[in-house]
Amino acid sequence: MQQAVPATGFAAFRYVWGIRLRLWGQGLREFLWQLSRHPTALLGLAVVVLYALAAIFADRIVPYNPLLGDLNLRLLPPAWEKGGDPRFLLGTDLQGRDLLSRIIYGARISLLVGIVTVLISSTVGVVLGTITGYYRGWLDDVISRLADLLMAFPLLIFAIGVMAMMGPGFRNLILALTFKSWVEFFRLVRGEMLSEKTKEYVEAAKAVGQSDLAIIASEMLPNIFHSVMVLATLRLGEMIIAEASLSFLGLGIQPPTPAWGSMVSDGRSYLTTAWWVSTLPGLAILILVLSINLFGEGLRDILDPRLKVE
Amino acid sequence: MRAVKVLERILITIPIMLGVATIVFLFMRLTPGDPVDIMMGEAGFVSEGEIENLRREFHLDKPLWQQWLLFVGGALRGNLGNSYTQKQPVAALIAERLPATVELALGALLFALIIAVPIGILSAVKQYSLIDRLSMAGAFVGISLPAFWLGIMAILIFSVKLKWLPVAGRIDYQAGLKVITGFYVLDSLLTGNTQALVSSLKHLVLPSASLGAAMAAIVARVLRSSMVEVLRQDYITLARAKGQHEFWVVMRHALRNALIPTVTVVGLQTGVLLGGNMIVETVFGWPGLGRLAVSAIYARDFPLVQGVVMVYAFTYVAANLLVDILYTYLNPKITF
Repeated sequence: MQQAVPATGFAAFRYVWGIRLRLWGQGLREFLWQLSRHPTALLGLAVVVLYALAAIFADRIVPYNPLLGDLNLRLLPPAWEKGGDPRFLLGTDLQGRDLLSRIIYGARISLLVGIVTVLISSTVGVVLGTITGYYRGWLDDVISRLADLLMAFPLLIFAIGVMAMMGPGFRNLILALTFKSWVEFFRLVRGEMLSEKTKEYVEAAKAVGQSDLAIIASEMLPNIFHSVMVLATLRLGEMIIAEASLSFLGLGIQPPTPAWGSMVSDGRSYLTTAWWVSTLPGLAILILVLSINLFGEGLRDILDPRLKVE
Repeated sequence: MRAVKVLERILITIPIMLGVATIVFLFMRLTPGDPVDIMMGEAGFVSEGEIENLRREFHLDKPLWQQWLLFVGGALRGNLGNSYTQKQPVAALIAERLPATVELALGALLFALIIAVPIGILSAVKQYSLIDRLSMAGAFVGISLPAFWLGIMAILIFSVKLKWLPVAGRIDYQAGLKVITGFYVLDSLLTGNTQALVSSLKHLVLPSASLGAAMAAIVARVLRSSMVEVLRQDYITLARAKGQHEFWVVMRHALRNALIPTVTVVGLQTGVLLGGNMIVETVFGWPGLGRLAVSAIYARDFPLVQGVVMVYAFTYVAANLLVDILYTYLNPKITF
């Protein structure tokens, strides 16, 4: 005989959430299984995890202090080049600082700026997109028009303009990048909310008397979560390149803190004699962004195949 | 009907331009403290009188709404104020540098299309072949490359090691080019100066390639994907069944429809092109708007920074307007 479904009170809550958690668990298992069959996404993820571990444990694994150099050891080539020193695997920079140590520390800044910017912009975008997509009204008009305006600025130009006024530094960098990048999340979530709202399950939730907050948080947002995750991953690489570009122009993270963009810029004057100073930090950016994008595209193939570029 | 649609689309642009000017106006409010004090901080000792003059010039002595009205009104009439370091109207400085930037942007666009269109078509026609996989892998690397690093690597390989192309600048001054329009390639053609033409083209290659690479990568991916989609359609099968040569089926029937999503992407990518422009001009010492902006930022010349940012944003809006208009011609069914 079928068990009766509890209609009210804590029992009903436990019943619904029991089903929900079981479905989420099932979804997660399905996702992990699909991910395990996606070699490029796995490769991307593995490299990103490696970078993240290096960034987290930078102070334990770097062979030398990234801020202190020895002028007697300046511009030493990488160990495999003629004149290289095996103690400095990737060589040294103009001030005799170990390039490998600086690159490892540089991962901290890049990942931190990238992750924080994406977290803030996705949160702002999701909150505003949810409210405006669900309730519409004048707030929707105002925020949508603001979003249209911000879309009129190319990301880097906007960030450069803002940084030029506010001055360089970590906090300003985060602000400059998030001022505009929430818009894409906002547009995505608003659009999804508008289409989800017309679906039957929302009607059903309303009919049983669920509050708006409960409908949004437990019924609708879980359905939009996938798309937000995919967009966030794909934007992470973009933010890392934007941070590096600003630091390259001298508008981002200031020396002596090792940031990849400013390291590439430092080496520009010595291209003829010391190619490694500019080349290797740039390669570090390329590998990280490439891996993030590989993972992001894999994630999209699995979670949101509608967006797939075949 | 089409003209009405185009007109409507142009009218929508006006409030956007106004809004852009307002946001740029608000930029100066982001400075930590009084903008005049900050600018003066860079200049060393200055008299009270000079500070007062500057404050009056920026209308900082007036209420905010009046400041806004004066700024936006001026901007719409082409008056962007005066550069504080170069003591010249911002608009004049921008006009002087604009041809260099436009030449570079067109070079990049041309580079992107020359690379991306054949690759996109070939990859779609030969889907899953070695050439398809290699070019899509290349395109994937292309979208992950920071433009500034690509530029430096290009200099390292083609200028420093191989010595094929110049490191920086727009032209060798020994070429003796008589400047007419400010577009050096065009001016060389107009004056029939072959030496200048070769020199300006040589100078243009690396910056254009560095700037256009990301766009080429994205356009190739989108074109391939829309071509693959179109090639599956019934009318393509029909064209083939009618015995048309495959080349014409692809070029005449498939490409035109596949171009519609591609054109949108080209429009959106102008943003990346403009942002990258500042970076690439800095890397290659290209005397355009980007370098003007970067030097203005270092000198804390706020009016000049505002002016250049506004021109970039207006260009982006205009590029997307152009794309939308082009759209109606590619696909008359589309309404805005």
